[in-house]
Amino acid sequence: MNNVRKDHLLATLAKGVRYDGRSFQEYRPISIEYKISSKSAEGSARVKIGKTEVVAGVKLEIGEPYPDTPNEGTLMVNVELLPLSSPEFESGPPGIDAMELSRVVDRVLREGEALDFEKLCIESGKKMWIVIVDIYPINDDGNLFDAAALAALAALRDTHFPAVADEKVHYGKLTTTKLPLKHLPLSCTIVKTGDAFLADPSRVEREFEDARLTVGVLKDNMICALQKGGDAGLTPEEIHHMIALAQEKTQELRRLFP
Amino acid sequence: MTYTQRFDGRKIDELRPMEAKIGVVERATGSAMFRIGKTYAVAAVYGPRELYPQAMQNPLKGRLRCNYNMMAFSGSGERVRPGPSRRSKEISLVTEKALAPLVDLTAFPSTVIDVFVELIQTDAGTRCAGICAAALALADAGIPMKDLVSSVAVGKVGGKIVLDLSKEEEDHPDGATDIAVAMSTRTNQITLLQMDGEVSADDLKEALQLAKKGCDAIKNVQIQALRDRYYQEGNNE
Repeated sequence: MNNVRKDHLLATLAKGVRYDGRSFQEYRPISIEYKISSKSAEGSARVKIGKTEVVAGVKLEIGEPYPDTPNEGTLMVNVELLPLSSPEFESGPPGIDAMELSRVVDRVLREGEALDFEKLCIESGKKMWIVIVDIYPINDDGNLFDAAALAALAALRDTHFPAVADEKVHYGKLTTTKLPLKHLPLSCTIVKTGDAFLADPSRVEREFEDARLTVGVLKDNMICALQKGGDAGLTPEEIHHMIALAQEKTQELRRLFP
Repeated sequence: MTYTQRFDGRKIDELRPMEAKIGVVERATGSAMFRIGKTYAVAAVYGPRELYPQAMQNPLKGRLRCNYNMMAFSGSGERVRPGPSRRSKEISLVTEKALAPLVDLTAFPSTVIDVFVELIQTDAGTRCAGICAAALALADAGIPMKDLVSSVAVGKVGGKIVLDLSKEEEDHPDGATDIAVAMSTRTNQITLLQMDGEVSADDLKEALQLAKKGCDAIKNVQIQALRDRYYQEGNNE
């Protein structure tokens, strides 16, 4: 049955048509809503890419810097694939898909230097800010990678430091100081299905992908993260092509953050 | 010190502003969001679907399985550690018990109906908001129900019985009694009753009457949400 469905998808793509009528490199409409949990989180956002919906929230804690980076704060990224968001996700401890997703979003933000880690240091070797981003899909209609990375970035941009008095964090009382952001790394996922290269894969397209490449791209088109997925291999030419597509698409996505 | 004026200016028997919406998770069989004040819950129903391990199956009727979870950033203080806690497991259980008497699962033997409740933001009354959302999601999923379930907290704050406590009221310096109630207003059944604090039998009577009043108002909002969803689609039954 799945072979029949895959053959149909491939035949459709061979005619240059996607099921939802998009061109191959076209994203579905994207919307970003800020402060969706502003009473409890220090920063929060909801991102919709078509029918895919992801929420992210940021909490800040004070901790001790790692011995090898005494002058830097740190970042933690956590994605939980809620069984609320898809019949394919199951309850229980995070599976390998959730871990990969967490780590890829983490890599894009960390290596793309979304945060200025040095400005998150409070007292050298003693105290630093720990920035924790928790990401949850509400509805999975494909391309959770880009949706999660966008939601995380939007939530970080929305984040204000909480007030601190007597060495304690006063949650619920936000200051006017925003999180020190440095760069704006964006994630773009391209899948290869048959001979087609598709940006922003929908759920069906992801189901039948041969190979996937998630690319983290900075404003100057520098690449800050890569993650290949899927069962098939990719030739170097294919990879270069996919990266070029990702660079082009992230330039468009950048308009979401004026 | 008696509590004469509520912190947020509400009347003694006044609910916080509410919002309900059906069909917020496209992949689910049924789904809904319910917001009361700053407490914001989303619920999704999956099923009836096969239940594993098989030993858990009941050949006479389907099983209702609820899972309540607070998102890590949704608490009022520090980050909530992800994963089930003793608190979330207990709330999952009482949510199940609050809904089960009103759903008829005899048509779905050996299956499970999964209800997932996620809290995006919390400000008191999270289990009640979760139950209101879950009841709507079950209705949206087309599960046969004898009635909707509506839920609200009542309690005694500074000597006054009040409806729909806020977090600030729960933390009242003179202490507060918090009573979570869920009911089917049509069949007049109370399906959730939890209390911590101290209250006389007379006060409890008054509190439950107030809860009934609150649940009536909540049910109107729930019914309106279902109407908004299904009349729109031209399904004028």
